[in-house]
Parts: sequence; C-alpha cells; structure tokens
Amino acid sequence: MFDAVIIGAGVCGALIARTLTEYGQKVCILEKAGDVAMGTTKANSAIVHAGFDAKPGTLKAKLNVKGSEMMEGFCRSLGVKYSPIGALVVGFNDGDRRTLETLLARGVENGVKELRILEGEELKEIEPNLGEQVCCALYAPSSAIVCPYELCIAAAGNAMDNGAELRLNFMVKTIEKDGEGFVVSDGNESVRGHVVINCAGVHSAEIAGLVGDNSFTITPRKGEYMLLDKECGSLVSHTVFRCPSAMGKGILVSPTVDGNLLLGPTAVNIEDMEDFSVSAEGIAAVRESAAQQVKGIAFNKVIASFAGLRSVGSTGDFILNEPVKGFINVAAIESPGLSSAPAIAEYVREMLAADGVKLEKRADFVSERRSVHYYKTLSTEEKNALIAEHPEYGHIICRCETVSEGEILEALRRNPRPTDVDGVKRRTRATMGRCQGGFCTPYIVELLAKELGSDCTEVTKFGGDSHIIIEKTKVTE
Amino acid sequence: MKERKITCIMCPKGCNISVTFAEDGSAADISGNSCPRGHEYAWNEVHHPVRTLTSTVRTASGRMVAVKSSVPVPKELLFDVMACINTVRPEEPVKFGDIVINNVCGTDADIVVTSE
Amino acid sequence: MSEARNVGILIIGGGPAGLSAAVSAYEAGARDILILEREETLGGILKQCIHSGFGLHRFGEELTGPEYAHRYIQKVLEYKIPYLLNTMVTGLAADKTVTAVNSEDGIFEIKAKAVILAMGCRERSRGALNIPGTRPAGIYTAGTAQKYVNLMGYMPGKEVVILGSGDIGLIMARRMTLEGAKVKLCCDILPVPGGLPRNIEQCLNDFGIPLRLSCTVSEIHGRDRITGVTLVSVDENRKPIPGSEEYVSCDTLLLSCGLIPENELSRGAGIEIDPKTSGPVTDENLQTSIEGVFACGNVHHVHGLVDDVSIQADIAGKAAAQYVGA
Repeated sequence: MFDAVIIGAGVCGALIARTLTEYGQKVCILEKAGDVAMGTTKANSAIVHAGFDAKPGTLKAKLNVKGSEMMEGFCRSLGVKYSPIGALVVGFNDGDRRTLETLLARGVENGVKELRILEGEELKEIEPNLGEQVCCALYAPSSAIVCPYELCIAAAGNAMDNGAELRLNFMVKTIEKDGEGFVVSDGNESVRGHVVINCAGVHSAEIAGLVGDNSFTITPRKGEYMLLDKECGSLVSHTVFRCPSAMGKGILVSPTVDGNLLLGPTAVNIEDMEDFSVSAEGIAAVRESAAQQVKGIAFNKVIASFAGLRSVGSTGDFILNEPVKGFINVAAIESPGLSSAPAIAEYVREMLAADGVKLEKRADFVSERRSVHYYKTLSTEEKNALIAEHPEYGHIICRCETVSEGEILEALRRNPRPTDVDGVKRRTRATMGRCQGGFCTPYIVELLAKELGSDCTEVTKFGGDSHIIIEKTKVTE
Repeated sequence: MKERKITCIMCPKGCNISVTFAEDGSAADISGNSCPRGHEYAWNEVHHPVRTLTSTVRTASGRMVAVKSSVPVPKELLFDVMACINTVRPEEPVKFGDIVINNVCGTDADIVVTSE
Repeated sequence: MSEARNVGILIIGGGPAGLSAAVSAYEAGARDILILEREETLGGILKQCIHSGFGLHRFGEELTGPEYAHRYIQKVLEYKIPYLLNTMVTGLAADKTVTAVNSEDGIFEIKAKAVILAMGCRERSRGALNIPGTRPAGIYTAGTAQKYVNLMGYMPGKEVVILGSGDIGLIMARRMTLEGAKVKLCCDILPVPGGLPRNIEQCLNDFGIPLRLSCTVSEIHGRDRITGVTLVSVDENRKPIPGSEEYVSCDTLLLSCGLIPENELSRGAGIEIDPKTSGPVTDENLQTSIEGVFACGNVHHVHGLVDDVSIQADIAGKAAAQYVGA
C-alpha cells in the first residue's frame, strides 16, 4: 500500500513525487509510456515565464510567479540547466503597444518584478536582431529558460533515489475505492494507495472520469516547433515572444539551454490526444511569424521539427481540486504549467496536509542530484582522471554533441533508467545534434541491447512497436 | 531491323549503347560505347546478362564480412547465389581475399572476402 | 593535460581522403605524419560501401569499397605511417593545435606544422528536409541503413520507399532487395535522377523498382513505426500539384537527399567557408584561409567518385609535405 499513487510522470507528476517523497510519503508513479516526460513535458517552449500573462487572481497567476521564483533553486539542487536570460514581448504597432501596457499592469498586479517597456535604441541595444517592424517590447528580466524533460527526469530520478517507485507502461484503466484508499489498475496489475493524484496531462479528464468526476474536459492544443542548429543559438539572447492572442502566447524565438534556437509553437485545437504530427502549414506559420520577430534566421539550418500537445482545460484555469476525498486533480496544466510546476507540487502538499495527511520532512532525504551533464562540467584534468579510471568516457559515440560512451552508460544505469533510444537522447543529447543520429544511433542500439540484456532487434526508438531494426540478416538456414 | 538501347554499367560514364539485331536474334551491330568494355557489356546484355554480385557473409563467430563474386554471375541466378551466400558460415579467421564458396551455384564464380 | 606533442602533418580523418593524403605526403618526402580516425578501423565510409564501382580511374580496375580502402591501408602500413583509432578530434585552433580524445590517452593536444582536413560529410537528415507528418521509427538516411545491413548484419525494414535518387539510395535499393526486402519505389523531387545512370540501370531497373521523378514525400504516416507515406507530384517549381497525392504503404523510408561537408571543426578554427560548396575556400594547393591547413575529399566539397577524392587528396598531401619542408 502506497501513501500516494501519482498517475502520469510528466513534470508535475515528477515534481509532486519528489516533494511528497521528501515529506516521508511512500510514492508510486504510474506512467503509460515507456519513459517519463513523454507527454506535454517532452515538447513545449521550455520557458519559465515571469508571470505577467495570467489574469490576476487565478491559480495560473499565483502559481506562475511563485513557481518561477522557486525554479532556480529546484534546478540547482536537481542539477538541471537553468538560464535566466529574460524575455521580450515584441509589438509591431500601436495596438500591440496598448496590449503590452495591459500586460505590464497585469504583471505588476501579479507581483512580477522589474517589468518595463522598451523602445528605440534601448531595445535595439539589448536585442539587435529584432525584426525591422518591431517598434516596442515588454521586457521581463525574470523570465528564464530550462529544459523541461531534463527537469522531469531529474525530479523523477531524485524521487526514486529517495525511495519512490516508477511503473512504466502502466496504462490506468480503473480506479476503485477500497476502504481507506484506492486500487488503481491497468487491467492486469493493480497498485493500492491512500491517495491518488491525477497528473495525466491531456488524459486527465478521462482519469477524473474513473472516479466519477466529469466536471471538466481537456482539449489537446497542438503546437509545432522548429529547432535550429547550434550555429544559430546566439542569434538572440532573450526569449522573443509576440503579443499574445486568445490562442496563447504566440510564436516565440528563443535560445535553448543547450544552445540551439527554438521557433514555435503554433496553436491548433485538435481531437486526437496522441497526434504529434507536424504539418507543412504549421511549419510555414512558424517561419512567417518568427521571421517578423527576429531577422536573419537561417531556416536552412533546421535540424528537427516536432509537435507538442498542451492540455487546455474547460475552466480556463489550472484545475487543482479534490472531487472525491483522497483523489486530487492536477489537470489542465497548460502554459504557464512548467513555470508553475514547483509551486503546484507545494500546493498539492498543502492540500494533503489540509486533509490531515501526516507530512514530515525526512532527515535522510537527499535533495541533491548530480547533473546528467556532470561530465561536461569537469576540467580537462578531471576528465582525464575519469577516463583513466573508466576508459568509456574517452570513447565518443555522438560526434555532433560530443557524447561519450561513458556518459551514455551512466544514463543507462541511473534512475529513471531509459529503455529506448529516445530515452538515451533526452538524458545525454546523443542523436540530438545536426546529423540527428545518423552516425551514432547504430552504436546506441548496440549499447542499449547490451545493457538491457536483449537483442538489437528488440531495441525501440520510443517503446511500443517503434523498433529500429526488423531482423538479423542471414539467419535462415 | 530490331534495336535495343542499353545503359552501360561498366563505368560511371554510363554510355547509351544501341544494339541492332540480325535475323537470327544475335547482335549485329553495337554502337554508342566508348570502350571495349562497353562493347562486351552490351553483347553480354543481349545474349546472357551477367552481374558482379556483392554481399555480406556472416562468419561462424557472427562477424559480418563483405564478399563479391570473383567474376560476374548470370543475372537470373543472383537470388540463387544470394541464397548460398546467406547460409555459408565460414570458420574464423576469415581474412581479406579468402574464398568462402567455390564455384557458387555452378557459375564458375567464387565468393571472395573483400573486407579486412 | 600533458604537454602538447608535436607532429609535422596531422590528418583529421582516416577515410579515403585522409588515407590518400597520408600516402601522397609520405611519397613526397614527409615522414612525421599522424592520422586521427574516430572509428575503430581505417577506411571511413568505404568500409560499408561493399558494392563495386570504385577505382576504375585510380587503379584501372573495378574494386569494391573495402578493396579500394584496403589498397591504401596496405600502403599506410607499408610506409609505417602512424595512426590513432577511436580518436575523436574535438577542436582545431587557428594555430594548428588540435584537441582530441580517446580511451587510452584521454584528452590531449597535438601541435601540428600542417593540418589536413579530411573529415568527410554527413547525410541530410529528415529534420533538415522538414518532411511533415508523424515522427515514427523506420526513417533512416541511406548511409545509416547501409551501415545496419552491411556492417552490422541487420535489416532496418522489409517494405521500403526511397526518397531521393542519390547513388547511396540507389545502391541500397539493390542491396535491400537482394537481402529480401520489397523496395516499392524510389522518388525524387527533381525531374532528373541524382545518381549515376549505371546505378539507375543496375540497382533499380534490374529489379523492376520504379523511379518516380518530379515526385516527393509530402507526409509521413505511422505512430510507432512508419506505416506509409503520401507521395505527391511536383511542378517545375517543385510545388506540389493538388490532387496528385498517393498513399504508399511501407515500413521503412530511406533518405538519399544529399550530403553536407562536415566543417564544424573548420568553422571553429575560423576557416573561411564557401557558401556554395559548404566546404573551405582553398587555393590551387587546397590550402584553406589558414596557412598550413589544407582540405580535401568530401569535407572540401561533395565528390561523385572516390577516385576523384583520392586525386584531390594527393594534391593536398603533396602540398602539405612541401609546406612542412619535407
């Protein structure tokens, strides 16, 4: 019997798991995919928003500002890259200028610090490559960038290192009330918990429905992105947003914490909860907007296009409630969900405390986690000492991102352990460079097979039937 | 008179060769080639097409080595030769230049190792 | 890090260009040569190009890729030219100091009098092509598929569509057919094939594989593994013709859509790059904008034939030998 069963291993599920583990709870995370961070967390804008966007008084406004204040500390202890680069919301005309004024006022009301509107030379000075038609911008120095899946992996891993359990490929089908708790089942196996926390992202309304809560719906809103070569990463030094619309914050142009340039997202409401396809129209829209915001984008340096789904709730705000005693919804966590995630974890802890759950900070909780990119931070002397002891660190597997066999083996042996090529990618950046794995995927397939004790033909790209190799040649006698 | 156009595969030039046929169906005239190899290729192509086959062999230790047919084999036998190549498991050490199949499928071609 | 060692001519890459440059530098009198190769054997991409068609110009006979490499490797061994395997060059400075890493020596620096860039090229990936649709498994560049089939002994799929009629794609059409796959078609957005006529003939026509020109993949389908593609015909401006869409099922999509010289090290050193070739700007001796740094092979520009790579690398090797005063 677990104290808490968390459904969904996205950034919210992972951070809640870590917080509750820290407070002495026995936690089990159930995840339908073959890895953590496989839903909304995997593909979003990777921004820690300052908090000027949300309507004052909403959970979004409250938790964004609080969450973004907590984020840097969270990242530091979890060894996750965090870069407080600041953001500019750019305007092209007087109408936009008025919108920026509204955002400024809203930001001040939400408690966002240091917001101001920039124009002319001052604007050009801090961001010289803005589009020719850009005339003004709201400057938010407290905006930051982070890698959402890195944060999620680190939080889940840290929770596991402190005793939390993770069950992958566990698709929740039923939740039954059972005495003082719940039985959560995928049809074959079941897990029992005193409390169930619904962090199921775009599927959170379905999960709520399993306990009879049909008070909200979720619409997946697709966002398409383009990622450009690291050569382009320094084109801008801030996140450059466009004036927001009803469909969201609009398309942004931003460096990533890893030094690439990210463009996107589009915003299209869809029906299919698993539709991560990209479209010619979407990519064209991203290009068009991005080119207006920032000049000199080398679109021929795109290395990947991808899509993510935001889970847009029917209430317009985050849904953090307890429709049935012991069952907590953490739903509709659309933007600024990533920014709010640390505060959401706190909020859930407070909800449980209010329910009378005994929560005491563990003295033996290890809150620090070594960065997945620890090796990269070493000095040459330290690296050489490590290579002398573990020669695999001297064997480069991914040439574009300079990732060694040692770093891949480390990722393969660390919580939460990856079981497929994309899992290795998200942890080490191998295959994520300009050749997109053309050279190194075959080596990673071999390493994975060896580490998992399986055959190369069983290795997948991202679980399920996503096999990389169909069969061995010349085995028929 | 019957004529057939052939793209020569003997070198990267890829000459367009035309072959005209005599009454008995044999090649009467070959033109468009720029070397004797092209002539030979075109003649073979209309009488009995042949191809050099390259493939791989899995050694007894499971290692993959590259192989080729020492001489071109009849085109219609390519898949038969492949079937032989697919089942042979030479014992290590397998080295560059080793013959792993003699006279494959009775074609007079040997299957020779071409990699280290 | 221990003190940088000194080398006369340092060659980055042990593929056809690097090998040929090493041999020619040696034959021009240079003795202090070192080849750095990132893979576990010399030979570069030739190791996986097991088909024949190499060496007619160079050796007057038709060789397979590994045989062509073998000839040069034998020379390197005969001349006792030193080389380091599994050694990745991670940096090149304008003063010709090269930083490299391997398992035995760790991270080390080499100060060279002359450097020959011979890093080769990479294939254009699906991301760079921006093909819309889902992102399933089963999409490979032709060269990656070639590595799986020829070097590792694995079939990446059984029902194949090939986008791009470059030579590697054509070669893989035949190779996978011979290994039992059904290659459904090869298409190219251009009205003329990218590969050599001989390869259209012996790799597609021999096996009845259709070549569809002015035709491209407009969408990729499938969640886990690719299940099919939408083909669309394009007009003379390469714009899709509405209504010409056609669904073709497949479990594999091979991309043979061009090669890109790998000049990240060159750029890092501040070497001037020609935007047309994506390779370094060089003089008649193949010297780049940095004195004593030479470039040859596919890192210089993408060559059609390995024989031409060798010929160019000879010039670079000889020039480097002269430069170091051999």
